[in-house]
Amino acid sequence: MIKLSDTITAIATGMNQGGIGVIRVSGENAIAVADSIFVPKKKGKEIRNLDSYTAAYGNIVDKRKLNSNHSVLDESVNVQNYDNRENDINIEENNFEIIDEVIVLVMKAPSTYTKEDVVEIDCHGGMQVMKQILHLIIQNGARLAEPGEFTKRAFLNGRIDLSQAESVMDLISAKSDLAAKTALSQLKGNLRDKIMEIREEIIHNIAYIESALDDPEHYDLDGFGDTLDTLLSQKEQEINHLIQTAEDGQMMKEGIRTVILGKPNAGKSSVLNVLMGKERAIVTDIAGTTRDTLEEFISINGIPLNIVDTAGIRDTEDIVEKIGVDKSIEAMQNADLILFVVDSSTPLDENDYQIMEQIQDRQVIILQNKSDLQQVVSKEDITSHLDKMIIDISAKEQTGFDTFYQELNDMFFHGNLSYNDEIYITNMRHKEALMEALSSIKMVRESIAAGMPEDFLSIDLMAAYERLGYIIGESVEDDLVETIFREFCMGK
Amino acid sequence: MNTIQETYDAVVVGAGHAGCEAALALARMGMETIIFTVSMDSVAMMPCNPNIGGSSKGHLVREIDALGGEMGKNIDKTYIQSKMLNRSKGPAVHSLRAQADKIEYTKNMRMVMENTEHLTLRQAEVAEIIVEDVEANNVADTDNLTTDNIEKNTVIQKDCLDNKKKAIRGVRTKSGATYYAKTVILCNGVYLNARCIYGDVVNHTGPNGLSAATYLTDSLVTNGIPVRRFKTGTPARIDKRSIDFSKMEEQKGDDTIVPFSFTNTEEDIKREQISCWLTYTNEETHEIIRSNIDRSPLFSGAIEGTGPRYCPSIEDKVMKFADKNRHQVFVEPEGEFTNEMYIGGMSSSLPEDVQYAMYRSVPGLENARIVRNAYAIEYDCISALLLKPTLEFKEIEGLYSAGQMNGSSGYEEAAAQGLMAGINAALKMQGKEPVVLDRSQAYIGVLIDDLVTKETREPYRMMTSRAEYRLLLRQDNADLRLTDIGHEIGLIDDERYGKFCKKRELINKEVTRLSETMVGANKNVQTFLEENESTTLKTAASLGDLIKRPELSYELIAPLDEERVSLMEDIFYQENLSKEVIEQIDIELKYDGYIKRQRSQVEHFKKLEKKRIPTDINYEDIHNLRKEARQKLSEIRPENIGQASRISGVSPADISVLMIYMNMR
Repeated sequence: MIKLSDTITAIATGMNQGGIGVIRVSGENAIAVADSIFVPKKKGKEIRNLDSYTAAYGNIVDKRKLNSNHSVLDESVNVQNYDNRENDINIEENNFEIIDEVIVLVMKAPSTYTKEDVVEIDCHGGMQVMKQILHLIIQNGARLAEPGEFTKRAFLNGRIDLSQAESVMDLISAKSDLAAKTALSQLKGNLRDKIMEIREEIIHNIAYIESALDDPEHYDLDGFGDTLDTLLSQKEQEINHLIQTAEDGQMMKEGIRTVILGKPNAGKSSVLNVLMGKERAIVTDIAGTTRDTLEEFISINGIPLNIVDTAGIRDTEDIVEKIGVDKSIEAMQNADLILFVVDSSTPLDENDYQIMEQIQDRQVIILQNKSDLQQVVSKEDITSHLDKMIIDISAKEQTGFDTFYQELNDMFFHGNLSYNDEIYITNMRHKEALMEALSSIKMVRESIAAGMPEDFLSIDLMAAYERLGYIIGESVEDDLVETIFREFCMGK
Repeated sequence: MNTIQETYDAVVVGAGHAGCEAALALARMGMETIIFTVSMDSVAMMPCNPNIGGSSKGHLVREIDALGGEMGKNIDKTYIQSKMLNRSKGPAVHSLRAQADKIEYTKNMRMVMENTEHLTLRQAEVAEIIVEDVEANNVADTDNLTTDNIEKNTVIQKDCLDNKKKAIRGVRTKSGATYYAKTVILCNGVYLNARCIYGDVVNHTGPNGLSAATYLTDSLVTNGIPVRRFKTGTPARIDKRSIDFSKMEEQKGDDTIVPFSFTNTEEDIKREQISCWLTYTNEETHEIIRSNIDRSPLFSGAIEGTGPRYCPSIEDKVMKFADKNRHQVFVEPEGEFTNEMYIGGMSSSLPEDVQYAMYRSVPGLENARIVRNAYAIEYDCISALLLKPTLEFKEIEGLYSAGQMNGSSGYEEAAAQGLMAGINAALKMQGKEPVVLDRSQAYIGVLIDDLVTKETREPYRMMTSRAEYRLLLRQDNADLRLTDIGHEIGLIDDERYGKFCKKRELINKEVTRLSETMVGANKNVQTFLEENESTTLKTAASLGDLIKRPELSYELIAPLDEERVSLMEDIFYQENLSKEVIEQIDIELKYDGYIKRQRSQVEHFKKLEKKRIPTDINYEDIHNLRKEARQKLSEIRPENIGQASRISGVSPADISVLMIYMNMR
């Protein structure tokens, strides 16, 4: 459902700033939500006590480690929880887990960008920490902002002038298309299947309940609660497992999507092996998913590289022929960074030119490989066709890579290279949706335990169904009525 | 040439369940109204099942009653059996259903109609609608303009010139008589170009052999209203004397009768009830159907209309749900003084001889004599996307449409639309704001919103699962939801309204009092709880908290409620503490948590409903909308952002873009 004034949050700075960033919270409960995770260094500097446009210094903590028996979705519980806590400055005493040291800036409605209460949290603990904080904020009652939503609110609340409105609309339509595309193209096939399977089971059960309510003389619900409870306890485990998957970042790979290109024998495999052999952790490969692209997650000096490699690129040397293959083209088009490997010991040929042609407008680093051999290709030979940064390397001797790492580092910290944060946002969204689905299923089970009539069960079952649908990009749109008619023989 | 010319405020075409409610609402709101019917003997006729209400439809009837409609009162007068369905389920899905005496039902409704002031009944077939192009400054939207906003007036005039308006002027009958009116409400039901079909027999009639309306479709099409073809069906009626009831299970009515109308009490309407009977089809029945399926006009393609999936014919059920080895068959009396029995669950369009064989294979019907054959009926209807939520045509001012004509099915759905069309037509003529019920207010709101917003490809039936906020839209609280509106528009008189206000006051008082009255964990209380098999208290609790427990209720906790004794001496309590009031108190307290959750959802919903979309918006100008969204929005022209968001093919991003565009203007 579209909501106009609930509290939203997002990382305001891009993901390319090397971990120093600002998280913004806006909406009716912005201050309460932020207060519920913030402990100031000085007592009395709680966010709700601050004047507009003043800041406080303190810690972001996870208070929920102590009393985690509250439903994650119940805003009122959290807010109330907070209000009851008077002496929460001594963190050790309260046994809170400290997430990060931060500066918090509060801006009160209406003199803010969105004309709502806004809290900005300046944190410096790196990307992982920012994600953790964002997640905490969501658990405490905000939701992740939609693409362009801060700007949209700013406009709807009269903050931005008309001339900017057009670009806001462009932003929203472009961003949501992209988000949808990313969400669907990045979701692993087996995860998608799993979610669809759980949804099917849920809607079938809702349809059964509804058929019985609609036509009590045809379908009865004796013993239904017990059967449903058994099924739901199983689904709870499955969803928990999916949440785990989302937390491990397995649902969709984050990082700078990197593709290695080069003609046969240019040395792509050797380059890949050198990169992977670097002692920094190789996080995982994800064999066993139904997608046939292979991805390697490498962290180089803290910069996450997600090396996307189609089977073709990896295993065969006929890259130029393969360039026509959809997968390769797609990998190239989606790449944030292309590593173009040139064999400097043999003259440039048609294969090289074709590749260069295709990657003119992309973020490219040219790795001039085989510097250990007799050089027949000069830098000018290449740059006259493709004007990009060139680094001499030898994959065989493992030389020149430090220069490459330095270049990578510079590009990242200067903001020339950033990765598509839609992926990470989408991961976060998925997790949010999964947790909500889980909580709805728990509520159904509570209702069953409390002996509530079956029609109450379908309310929360439907909520779970909707949230799961959000992940795979499917709307609810008359699904229920369709399922009822398809699966149950109704009417007289 | 026929020179008969008469003038009325309003014309209603068709006197079925929609037409009757529409005409009564108009006349009762002071509008001079004439209603046309193909036969005076078919006023409020029930050509299919002999009952009113049922799951979610019962809700509609109670809402109609709360708004001042007639259906609830009429069924209370003429029922022969009454049941509250789903009693073991939550209060939101309790649904009242009554078997009607069909003849009595028709007779009583006709009597009410005939004796209503400002209402004229006329037997004639309406053949034409009279539509005129109107000058911009004659459009009723400008009626409310005062001299001090002349500037606005010019703007509106300009818009009208850009977008030429049509308005209804009246109707012409088949005989050529002309009836002028500011308002015409089409309630043609299933009569437009109707064909009744079984086997290879095709009768060009409406239901029960009544004459079809064969001219009006052309007139609608000429005036830019396209029609489509829907289909429905009905089972055979069988002579009671030929049925062996000993092979069937008896289905009795409830011991406690809940009236449909809030104006009646159980005592007012209690009567001896008549039973229905349950039997089943079997493999033999299914084999007869399967081996003759090629003779079904539905399967051979002779029927082109789209039928409803929720009310399938027996051949549909057998073919589609092949794994079910039996289907229920309800044998229901059509009235007290007739031997005709309705064979619920076995509607069909198979040939007559197959019908005989099929019915006679069912236990108890071995010697069945058919009185009327089962048949399918095909008819023209419109797409309700052409209508505003007031049920007025978007393109033709003053012309409304209600009931099966709009692609719905069911007596109750028809009556609900008829009532709303009548109310809104009257309000418009009175220069007042329309009444559009939203999805959080009433099933009627859900029904009409679905019809005018979503494309329905089959006859639309109400279902509780269509209502998002069904916990709030209960049949027991229809009066609390809607009586204010009924009174405001003048369909609920002051006496009834006064009574209602007292009921509401008492409910609120008691709920508050019980929530605030605390009882301690003392011996007296603990003993009481133990006796009632309820967990003992650890700390003090409110009486409201105790009522929340499934095993306790308002009446049960009386011994703990010390104040109640003295309150009961109060005349206000004595007069108003009815079992309906107690029921409300129990429900409000017991389901408090769920109700609060739904209320907060409704708040979000209302915000979007309140954002009205300007009527002159041109979606083609908003190029950031996706193409599909642009097309759908241009076609449906939603009234507000909420409605827009429910159109399939319009995404949340489209809604954001639309809202920004609206703010830019």
